[in-house]
Amino acid sequence: MAAFSAFRLLPPHPIPLQSTLFKPSISFLSYSSHHLSFSSSKPSISSSTFSSRLRPIQVAPSDLLADKTDLGPVPEISREVALELYEDMVLGRSFEDMCAQMYYRGKMFGFVHLYNGQEAVSTGFIKLLKKADTVVSTYRDHVHALSKGVSARAVMAELFGKATGCCRGQGGSMHMFSAEHGLLGGFAFIGEGIPVATGAAFTAKYRREVLKESDCDLVTVAFFGDGTCNNGQFFECLNMAALWKLPIVFVVENNLWAIGMSHFRATSDPEIWKKGPPFGMPGVHVDGMDVLKVREVAKEAIERARRGEGPSLVECETYRFRGHSLADPDELRRPDEKAHYAARDPILGLKKYILEHNLATESELKTIEAKIDDVIEDAVEFADASPVPPRSQLLENVFADPKGFGIGPDGKYRCEDPGFTQGTAQV
Amino acid sequence: MLGVARRRLGCGGFSSSMLGQTLERIRLSNSILPRSFASAAKEITVRDALNSALDEEMSADSKVILMGEEVGEYQGAYKISKGLLDKYGPERVIDTPITEAGFTGIGVGAAYYGLRPVIEFMTFNFSLQAIDHIINSAAKSNYMSAGQISVPIVFRGPNGAAAGVGAQHSQCFASWYATCPGLKVLCPYSAEDARGLLKAAIRDPDPVVFLENELMYGESFPVSDEVLDSSFCLPIGKAKIEREGKDVTITAFSKMVGYALKAAEILSKEGISAEVINLRSIRPLDRATINSSVRKTNRLVTVEEGFPQHGVGAEICTSVVEESFEYLDAPVERIAGADVPMPYAANLERMAVPQVEDIVRAVKRTCYRSVPMAATA
Repeated sequence: MAAFSAFRLLPPHPIPLQSTLFKPSISFLSYSSHHLSFSSSKPSISSSTFSSRLRPIQVAPSDLLADKTDLGPVPEISREVALELYEDMVLGRSFEDMCAQMYYRGKMFGFVHLYNGQEAVSTGFIKLLKKADTVVSTYRDHVHALSKGVSARAVMAELFGKATGCCRGQGGSMHMFSAEHGLLGGFAFIGEGIPVATGAAFTAKYRREVLKESDCDLVTVAFFGDGTCNNGQFFECLNMAALWKLPIVFVVENNLWAIGMSHFRATSDPEIWKKGPPFGMPGVHVDGMDVLKVREVAKEAIERARRGEGPSLVECETYRFRGHSLADPDELRRPDEKAHYAARDPILGLKKYILEHNLATESELKTIEAKIDDVIEDAVEFADASPVPPRSQLLENVFADPKGFGIGPDGKYRCEDPGFTQGTAQV
Repeated sequence: MLGVARRRLGCGGFSSSMLGQTLERIRLSNSILPRSFASAAKEITVRDALNSALDEEMSADSKVILMGEEVGEYQGAYKISKGLLDKYGPERVIDTPITEAGFTGIGVGAAYYGLRPVIEFMTFNFSLQAIDHIINSAAKSNYMSAGQISVPIVFRGPNGAAAGVGAQHSQCFASWYATCPGLKVLCPYSAEDARGLLKAAIRDPDPVVFLENELMYGESFPVSDEVLDSSFCLPIGKAKIEREGKDVTITAFSKMVGYALKAAEILSKEGISAEVINLRSIRPLDRATINSSVRKTNRLVTVEEGFPQHGVGAEICTSVVEESFEYLDAPVERIAGADVPMPYAANLERMAVPQVEDIVRAVKRTCYRSVPMAATA
């Protein structure tokens, strides 16, 4: 493998200043003549205070692809894979749309952050993982949970706050956990999940090398946003993951906005992929609206981690079609920027690819969509019909060892008090 | 009821008969006199107690790892982990970069996924850089995931004031961590406490904050053979009556237990018999022991090193007022550190931390011996 310092910088892609309507010069899903990691378009920069600061994105291959000059078109995918990807993305999109509906009907409450538009990143990465591999996410975690295998029913019930949810209603939208599916959360603080993911990767390596489980080649994928990349914990973990060669992939879902803060206003050097090599790992930039491109890069990064060669940083340029959360009026993003990315909808893009390559017919795709609609309807009905958590659940699960509530006035552990299980014991 | 209370107070099988009560009155605590029983008392320092506990737990379970700054090649910033790197290797005793948030989070993630990390903070003041992970990703995870993800992690390190280290290195965090549900907070005093509680903490499936004290590391205590056995373990949530008494209850934890015992000695010469409770466990707090002791003595003085507002003493006083109000003969008193950031000058520092004279004075006030409130300089 070439050294991390080996990079070729492409000449700057000419971008008109202050463009109000950006027309992509390259059609969706086809490639520049150079590299997979080349971003085929650039968003118009809407922040007025930065009108003079229009540095075009310079992309370069990481050493992942250093010895390949021309990858040509994306490798063909099989029909099964294409339909699997399509179904997963449609599931994510329909689920999130239903969440919005349910929220406005009052069935869901609190903070809900939707993933519309970013499905290619989740599907592209998670569909390559094994069940025992781990995913660590942020508060925008519904679709990561669905891609990882948590059932739509369990996620919807959790959002409704019912006892049948994946966390029995105790976690909520921002805290999806599933030990069975290797989903280690769901964190509300940005940057909080990155060290936790690094720890899970540490455990995988420890199991292989110290506990001598030689077949343990589990990989961890950490998803986080562009705002997180200015947080100290991100850099601390890039350092330690590279230092100890941990089997982790750091995936940046760069949707250019952290609530209302534009990435370009918050970051001294907005090209996040560049922050990998100074720490000793490859940094790759990929078009996150194209699931096939994401999948190609993901394959290489995950395999690299599985082989024990260490971490990678993948920056996916993507976009969220809705606001930061359902409470966000989303006034700061310009309509032309939104329109530009809406035209690059990953689902429509994959659909176009499937039809162009005759992997399936229009009606087959419609069948998939109808099937997903049924799944979502069923999930909503299930969640509606599920009971709310009983009173006795309030004190449960605070500790794995419930003796942690201490000793009661009668000298016995409080958790042994019969009132404890009814939720009426004094704690 | 008093008989039941006595039986629970760790006295080990004394009946409530007259003979039993007489025996209890003349029984003295381990930490004042060495035992004169058949098994000769061996003395070990708190440092050795912690080191041996870590050593034994690491050899018993290969999933236990120790992570922190200077724990490996430096043999521990306070030499607590001496010899462990040579014995277990760099994969299990891990020197980290100076990145509390990062390595604490890594420890939590490793615990999520199956290991049993022991995270050392050079002092708990540095844990503030990592407190997000202690509270939000460790303490709350078992609840948020409805029992799917338990976090068998131990956060340990010196807590509270040392000698002349200034404001940013001297804060006591017992009450901060004890506020949070999902955490267990332990504060050992003697070598026996240190060994038993650290072993219990490492074996516990929940996050435990283990608050040691730098000035106690070098102190020696006599220990029985039972304590030195590798299966020795103390229960979490149980306080220990270090010294029996009948006039006033003094509660303390960590270094203040020693001060309280010295104060009890001084008071006994003046005819006041003080009962000293070593809390050992701040969360869960052993309210039962404290309350039954107050119901016996009818007076309470709490002692702690930390800041007074919202401190451990505040919680104990409230618990006693709530549960044993009719038994109180005097207002509850709490002694805490001065409500100022710790000064550097030695005489000011002495004034900012409770001293034995302060405890004696407070006890006399509760016993209605007239004594002025303010300390003399």
